[in-house]
Amino acid sequence: MAEAAADTPLIAARGISKSFAQIEVLRDVDLDLRRGEIHALLGENGAGKSTFAKILAGVHRPTRGTLKLNGEPVEIPNPIVAQRLGITLIHQEPISFPDLSVAENLVLGRTRGSPLGRVPWAQMTREARELMDLLGVRMDVTKPMRGLSIADQQMVEIARALASDSRLIIMDEPTAPLTPKEVDTLFAIARRLRDEGRTIVFISHRLEEVRALCDRVTVFRDGNKIATEEIGKLTDADIIRLMIGRPLREYMHKSRAEIGEVALKVENLTLPGTFRDVSFEVKKGEIVGLGGLVGAGRTDVARAIFGVAPATSGTVSINGRPVDIREPSQAIALGLAYVSEDRAVSGIFRTLSVEENITAAIPRKIAPGGIIRGALEKALASESVRKLRIRLASLRQPIGELSGGNQQKAILARWLLTDPSVLILDEPTRGIDIGVKAEFYEMIGELAAGGRAILLISSELPELLALCDRVLVMSEGRLTANIARADATQEAIMSAAVPRSTQAVAA
Amino acid sequence: MNALRSILLRRETGIAVMIVLFVIAVGIAKPRFLSLEYLRIILLLTPLIMIGAMGQMLVLVARHVDLSIGSTQAFAAMVTAMMFKFHPEIPWYLGFLVSIGVGLGLGFVNGALTTLFRLPSIIVTLGTLNLYRGLTFIISDARQVDRQYIPSALKAMSTTSPILGIPWIIFMALGVALLTYWFASHTRVGRQVFALGSNPAAAPLRGIRVNAITLMVFSISGALAGLSGIMYASRWGFVNPSNTGAGFEFQVIAAVVIGGVSINGGVGSVLGVVLGVLLLGCVSAALPLLGIPGTAQSAIYGAVIIVALLIDRSVRQRGIAALAAQRARA
Repeated sequence: MAEAAADTPLIAARGISKSFAQIEVLRDVDLDLRRGEIHALLGENGAGKSTFAKILAGVHRPTRGTLKLNGEPVEIPNPIVAQRLGITLIHQEPISFPDLSVAENLVLGRTRGSPLGRVPWAQMTREARELMDLLGVRMDVTKPMRGLSIADQQMVEIARALASDSRLIIMDEPTAPLTPKEVDTLFAIARRLRDEGRTIVFISHRLEEVRALCDRVTVFRDGNKIATEEIGKLTDADIIRLMIGRPLREYMHKSRAEIGEVALKVENLTLPGTFRDVSFEVKKGEIVGLGGLVGAGRTDVARAIFGVAPATSGTVSINGRPVDIREPSQAIALGLAYVSEDRAVSGIFRTLSVEENITAAIPRKIAPGGIIRGALEKALASESVRKLRIRLASLRQPIGELSGGNQQKAILARWLLTDPSVLILDEPTRGIDIGVKAEFYEMIGELAAGGRAILLISSELPELLALCDRVLVMSEGRLTANIARADATQEAIMSAAVPRSTQAVAA
Repeated sequence: MNALRSILLRRETGIAVMIVLFVIAVGIAKPRFLSLEYLRIILLLTPLIMIGAMGQMLVLVARHVDLSIGSTQAFAAMVTAMMFKFHPEIPWYLGFLVSIGVGLGLGFVNGALTTLFRLPSIIVTLGTLNLYRGLTFIISDARQVDRQYIPSALKAMSTTSPILGIPWIIFMALGVALLTYWFASHTRVGRQVFALGSNPAAAPLRGIRVNAITLMVFSISGALAGLSGIMYASRWGFVNPSNTGAGFEFQVIAAVVIGGVSINGGVGSVLGVVLGVLLLGCVSAALPLLGIPGTAQSAIYGAVIIVALLIDRSVRQRGIAALAAQRARA
């Protein structure tokens, strides 16, 4: 292929759109990636930046739109083709074969020829060593991948991109699991690759990193490309505004509840490496939001309070009494309830019936003496179904057959049956459709009005703004803001959530 | 120093040490165990298991399991024996082609059911374990094929030796082990089996044809079970629809797992499996010599397998801890 003119972009994307199950997650994106630049993709969680990266890497196929590589139209139906075209996606958690050696991981999928062709062990090892030397990384390439640090695994992935002479290397939040020193190494390598004329796409939440590394930045919001600009022409405030500047969607406001005494008080809660010095309180009848980016430590705080992964220092008090919760059963006994973020993993018992799922947290109540009272179980479950308007065919139906929103309601019903005084909701509306969401908001408001203290973890700013009496914000394991309802704006939350070089810590 | 350390950490070393300790212990109690005669007995107990184990290893490495190999052995042996019975004019060595071919076919069916219907292989092969056994009864009318029908040249494979008094079938088993070693460690497709078992989700992203590899490992396992079928006829001189291959799958899986192949896929070596087979051979040969009654042998055999796995696990955990410490220092 003749080398295209110098100003032809390496990648020219036009009108790229992508839908998953009728939901459009990417809409008419036009974007040029130049040769020899480091290009940042920024946006809130779910803004579409990762989806766009995966389309370039052949993981997803666009629903509409065209891609040109060096001016020639291309189709990228799968990752193998992407690799052949010189496009490598480096996942945040690298995909590797843990039982094979580093050297084998490097060449796998690259070698051609007869399947019974000989594996050139010696040559493979030598080449792998050369590649790792080139990157300035010292490791034994004959050792299995299992046991390497994430940073080293990323280096292997980068080496793999070099081995296949990739022209476009996409790094999806590569720095999240790295230490500052590892980040420096990664950046030095990224700059060198750029100076060799390769293109790097860098996805990150950290503005300081984007500023330190990238030449241009593209901001995504709600599946649209909002802007592409030289990084020097934008201030942090500009970028944040571009990221969140959508018109505020109107949700039903919280019904006013009487705010009572402190129900949950957390002081200096610390789990090293995860979160530090987290202090806040939630009063009866109050809904306190906990905002921040994914990975800021919000879920970890919730899990620590609930005893799933207890904190190492700090105190938790329930209704004025200090408590030491080492496991969830203690938390439940103290009147706490935790509706977890990932219902598929830690919330539902997929193959069990709706009825059993709803009554799962109150075994003593439905089975005095260890024998389950069927009639009681059924009565409690059907009352919950009526109250929460859960749509189902039968109480005996496996819960896995319900829609996401109705599953979520059933889990909420489970915890309400324990009659909690403190309710922690972790991304309760993630992945459920707009109609059910509105019902949820109404329900959460009613629960607060009934005198319960509610801690609501959410990544959706409008949700926090509409529902909460106060919004706490976490960033990189610390509480960075405590914003009263009257002062809460998307900008205020976002600027506390995004880690920056000059960390503005509000009290 | 480091080289010595990495040898000591290897799984194979652990099994080799267990074999040596076991042989010494039995040898102290019964010095006869250390004679050449007993070496011959041990070796003669192993070739069928060795051949079955090579196929099973590949299947386990790919994160599957083949429970049907005992029945596959029986069916292939029965087809071959009946061919000899009704067509004595067919040259005896063609029996190998027939037995291997029949086994290959049955293995292919296992692989096809597993890949086409996305069924767990443990269920598929549990089904075909019964299916193939039942077919063996049907084609044989539940009757044994007796000694006089098995060609004497075939039987001679187990009794005559090219060298050192070691019978032909042992060399065949070693040949299969060497071929498997070459295939598993030195061919691209062999390494792809390991990659697939190590991370099935990532395999297609790196251009590995998952279905083709799965079909292949089951076909190889079936073909080797077929080969072990005709060797059964050679070794014992008859083929019986209910005894031939009964419990074979468990002996083989035990040997393979003792040999260090992970049931979670991705890990295993031919040397380890060969040692695992030898350890089982030593145990089977020692039990009658130690005067353990036949009724108790099965229980002891099972206990030995569990003890071997426990020893191995604790040794390896210590090894992994040492390795982690070494990496942390580096």
